[in-house]
Amino acid sequence: MRVELRVEAWRAWLDERLGTDAVREFLRRKAVPIHRHTIWYYFGGMTLFLFVVQVVTGALLLLYYRPSAEAAFESVQFIMTEVEFGWLVRSIHSWSANLMIATLFIHMFSAYFMKAYRPPRELTWVSGTFLLLLALAFGFSGYLLPWNKLAFFATKVGTDIAGDVPLVGRFLLRFLRGGEEVTGATLTRFFGFHVAILPGMTTIVLALHLILVQKHGMSVPPSLEGKSLRKMPFFPNFLLRDLIGWVLAIGALAALAALFPWGLGEKADPFAPAPAGIKPEWYFLFMFQTLRLLPAKVGIVEGEVLGVTIFLLGGIFWMLVPFLDKPASGRRSRFFTGVGVFLVLYLVIMTIWGYLV
Amino acid sequence: MPSWSEQRRKLLNILLGTSVGATLVAIFYPILKFMIPPEVIEATQASVVAGRVNELPPNSGKIFKFGNKPGLLVRTPTGEYKAFSAVCTHLDCIVQYRPDMRLIWCACHNGQYNLSGKNIAGPPPRPLEEYVVNIRGEEIVVSKA
Repeated sequence: MRVELRVEAWRAWLDERLGTDAVREFLRRKAVPIHRHTIWYYFGGMTLFLFVVQVVTGALLLLYYRPSAEAAFESVQFIMTEVEFGWLVRSIHSWSANLMIATLFIHMFSAYFMKAYRPPRELTWVSGTFLLLLALAFGFSGYLLPWNKLAFFATKVGTDIAGDVPLVGRFLLRFLRGGEEVTGATLTRFFGFHVAILPGMTTIVLALHLILVQKHGMSVPPSLEGKSLRKMPFFPNFLLRDLIGWVLAIGALAALAALFPWGLGEKADPFAPAPAGIKPEWYFLFMFQTLRLLPAKVGIVEGEVLGVTIFLLGGIFWMLVPFLDKPASGRRSRFFTGVGVFLVLYLVIMTIWGYLV
Repeated sequence: MPSWSEQRRKLLNILLGTSVGATLVAIFYPILKFMIPPEVIEATQASVVAGRVNELPPNSGKIFKFGNKPGLLVRTPTGEYKAFSAVCTHLDCIVQYRPDMRLIWCACHNGQYNLSGKNIAGPPPRPLEEYVVNIRGEEIVVSKA
């Protein structure tokens, strides 16, 4: 009895200062609809979990990593060979990054096909597309940090492509490289992006995204809208199911890290020729492959410039989908579903093609 | 005697509790181990060339590198060579030779050592470690005793 009284006193104390009762009340009411597409609701939480894994392992790597052209490669080598569980922490960081991008894509396309961007969730979608951009920027900047040959040339190619963006290309190239060439200055910059600027931006956009998800609750697909659906409480039923997924993810990460530890390759040498088989990370392969297929000149425009422009416009279109699609009118809505199917096929085919060639 | 279903519940709780515990251990053990820096094996140098014979006039001193630690080479007013660890035994500052005091002096907390390395004034608790000095031709070779 005494203990219960004390707990009650603590609850009242905290509530008076932090308003915790409102959170408790919110959690008590929050519910997740049950239907045949409920499985897709788990991928947002999974992406968030893998992001937390990135933050924790990334903070650990910072204890030993040294961001300079002279010391970066050696410090990663030191992590992989000397530091206890260093191979595990770095491999999990790399694997989790890749899985996070994968679950992010699944989350995005499931939201797209269920038309979860319908009013009033347009800004949830827009904030999500920003998070996709941030995740890709994390991947691109993190890839260079071990300062190995593959990363060095992938960054050369990647920043060169950024230089093809109409109007601002040259500025962008110099901004990304910290000069005309990929050098130690680029590494320092990418390190700053990767551990300070991108995390700061992500914190803000992610907070907005999550607040909007709480504000509007789970969206149900149009075909099920208006029907009376069974619901499960978010806390604890849905969260415990989430938790099972996260435990499985940790297991998968540990297994992947142990069976396929992330390699380090050879130290970058700015004056050595590019090795054969330069490829970006898999999530950039579709762009890489597209640019490779374009002819040098299309009419009067350079092929590369055309490709980059198309990707840029495509990205803006993708971000604005909630304002262009009017799910109430059937034909236009089916067109957007078609666009999604085409895009998935395009991404899958180009990625596999780019991987095989 | 608890019922069968109560016993079963208890068993399940034990299994669940231990697996949660094991998972947490499996996560936090590597994290803690990772944070402890590994021992860096020092290249143990037995001796080092600290300077050249005509470099130091009598009543002067210089710092030299002994592996990754600083050493102090002193030429006493009588012309004799002496070498010590330059790490003050008080709080790890680097000591220097003071020609005006004819002493080894630490600027951090006014610690003083005589020319045998013995702590004679101020806070240092122990003498400086003394090294052996040998002249080999033009080179002054310092080695650990």
